[in-house]
Amino acid sequence: MKKFNTHKGRTAPMDRANVDTDLIIPKQFLKSIKRSGFGPNLFDELRYHDQGEPGQDHSRRPVNADFPLNQARYQDASILLTRENFGCGSSREHAPWALDDHGFRVIIAPSFADIFYNNCFKNGLLPIVLEHALVEELFQEMYDNHGHELTVDLERQVIESPHGREIAFEIDAFRKHCLFHGLDDIGLTLESADSIRDFESRWEEQSPWLFGALK
Amino acid sequence: MGGKTLYDKLWDSHLVEQRADGSSLIYIDRQLIHEVTSPQAFEGLRLSGRRPWRVDANLAVPDHNVPTRHDERIGGIGGIVDPVSRLQVQTLNDNCKDFGIVEYDINDQRQGIVHVVGPEQGATLPGMTVVCGDSHTSTHGALGALAHGIGTSEVEHVLATQCLVQQKMKNMLVRVDGKLKPGVTAKDAVLAIIGEIGTAGGTGYAIEFGGEVIRDLSMEGRMTVCNMAIEAGARAGMIACDEKTIEYVKGRTYAPKGEMWHHAVAAWRDLHSDADAYFDGVVALQGEDIKPQVTWGTSPEMVLPVDGVLPDPAASDNATERESIERALAYMGLQPGMPITDIKLDKVFIGSCTNSRIEDLRAAAKVVAGKRVADSIRLAMVVPGSGEVKEQAEGEGLDKVFTDAGLEWREPGCSMCLAMNSDKLGNGEHCASTSNRNFEGRQGFGGRTHLVSPAMAAAAAVTGHFVDVREW
Repeated sequence: MKKFNTHKGRTAPMDRANVDTDLIIPKQFLKSIKRSGFGPNLFDELRYHDQGEPGQDHSRRPVNADFPLNQARYQDASILLTRENFGCGSSREHAPWALDDHGFRVIIAPSFADIFYNNCFKNGLLPIVLEHALVEELFQEMYDNHGHELTVDLERQVIESPHGREIAFEIDAFRKHCLFHGLDDIGLTLESADSIRDFESRWEEQSPWLFGALK
Repeated sequence: MGGKTLYDKLWDSHLVEQRADGSSLIYIDRQLIHEVTSPQAFEGLRLSGRRPWRVDANLAVPDHNVPTRHDERIGGIGGIVDPVSRLQVQTLNDNCKDFGIVEYDINDQRQGIVHVVGPEQGATLPGMTVVCGDSHTSTHGALGALAHGIGTSEVEHVLATQCLVQQKMKNMLVRVDGKLKPGVTAKDAVLAIIGEIGTAGGTGYAIEFGGEVIRDLSMEGRMTVCNMAIEAGARAGMIACDEKTIEYVKGRTYAPKGEMWHHAVAAWRDLHSDADAYFDGVVALQGEDIKPQVTWGTSPEMVLPVDGVLPDPAASDNATERESIERALAYMGLQPGMPITDIKLDKVFIGSCTNSRIEDLRAAAKVVAGKRVADSIRLAMVVPGSGEVKEQAEGEGLDKVFTDAGLEWREPGCSMCLAMNSDKLGNGEHCASTSNRNFEGRQGFGGRTHLVSPAMAAAAAVTGHFVDVREW
């Protein structure tokens, strides 16, 4: 997994609440058996006027010029500002894959859906929860300044705005550690293999009906 | 120290390691696998040279992409017309063979929607931890299990380690007291709950559903309720294990047998919250107040009783809420102040992991028996949740009731709940759907979904618009 230390990047808006994972990446693209290539279909139903299908030539599709990610001022943005309950709905990890593939590294919102929030950390994406009023201020700052950028310092847990202002954010210690060092979750868990085996044999003795073979 | 909630008990019994940084290692008893969220997990295992930790803890079934038309279905995997869907179903098949995982393949009698199949086969049991790369895994909590959806990285993590790294959630009790009125179902109760607490109201919580209404529900009704916990933001929904649970599990394929059955039942009797358990949040609804529910917008919380009228965004003093209502009304092509019963429908879908079990089909059949689907309805379809449900329904003659009334009777799968196969809405079409999500584009590009109970969907099929099934 990619390490996340300090990231400086341009901001872009997804200015609505309850953005669900169907909106982030529509289901027809979930048929892929790969982990990459979802970027061009991020927010597909908002970015294009036509109905997206896997394998299309995106350069020929009618683009929705009103959608911020299609506008010059938000090109190459890597920090997404959004509203409450971002990522609600399905558990599809294709949502963070699509955001990552498009180039986002940070998502800032007043709240996230649980499964989406968790999935981000598996893919080197940093979701940051800030108070509603702070998110609103960042939106205004972004709208008022073309080319608005933020710097996110994971180690110090602060967001730095262009005027030198610092906003602190919370993140739990384990997730921070894994993201900062780009650690392989599975490898880390397998360091506890002995504990897992001990637990498993105790549990099987106690609840043998949970260990019957399927056929 | 106070008593424990059901969630506390399930958590504690599966705790492998509590770490200083606040994270925990939790043991997983059962992983259910389907074709959409697993290919990259198997690929990850291959790339790192890892094998599944405990192969027989996993059960796989293709459901999202499988065709439901009989003529396309009989050809098996090779018969799937869409090559991208075919490859995904084939990939699940190949991966299960490679890694030795039991799979109910596309035309196996036991195939069906993963959340219908698990309880039906006794593959998910009380007291288990159950995960699946699908957010509606919360369904299995109806058995008194800790069950929730995970992403693909975690599917791989569970395959490789039989564990998940977790932070413990908070406890919420959602109590529905009293009785439901005739014509009001588990689906209406859970939609009313979501309307009450909102689509993010359960974020960060494990929800336990309790109260007389929940206790009175059948096991299938309880599954409908737990299924939609995620639509209230809670990854896990659960219900205490009682006599009904035990009766439901008894005799199923993978349920314990003989002496072991008695040991299991003894352990399951503790699967309830203690009387003095502490909940971080409590929400209470009164069963008698719940009417048949219909969603009008693009989030499950945008729900009203069938006798309601659509909201006016101008009446909201919160800017975000006002914009949400405006956007939803525009997407749905509906006007403020319009009665729910005036919404004209184009399609009807009865199925999904929420409402495709035998009782759901019986309820729908009862409504359409001897009647005809309205001329204005372009398609009304019934998709049973599994091959077993299909066989049982056919044994009861329900298929005949549906086809005589002009509804199509299909092969089992997720179908138009998320429209990954060819069952989908056309642009602008309104659908009365027994599924779980009314998001923009969920059932097809530009499609407009209204979530309802099976009886409400069936009545809408006959009249072409919503009617109050209590007056049917």
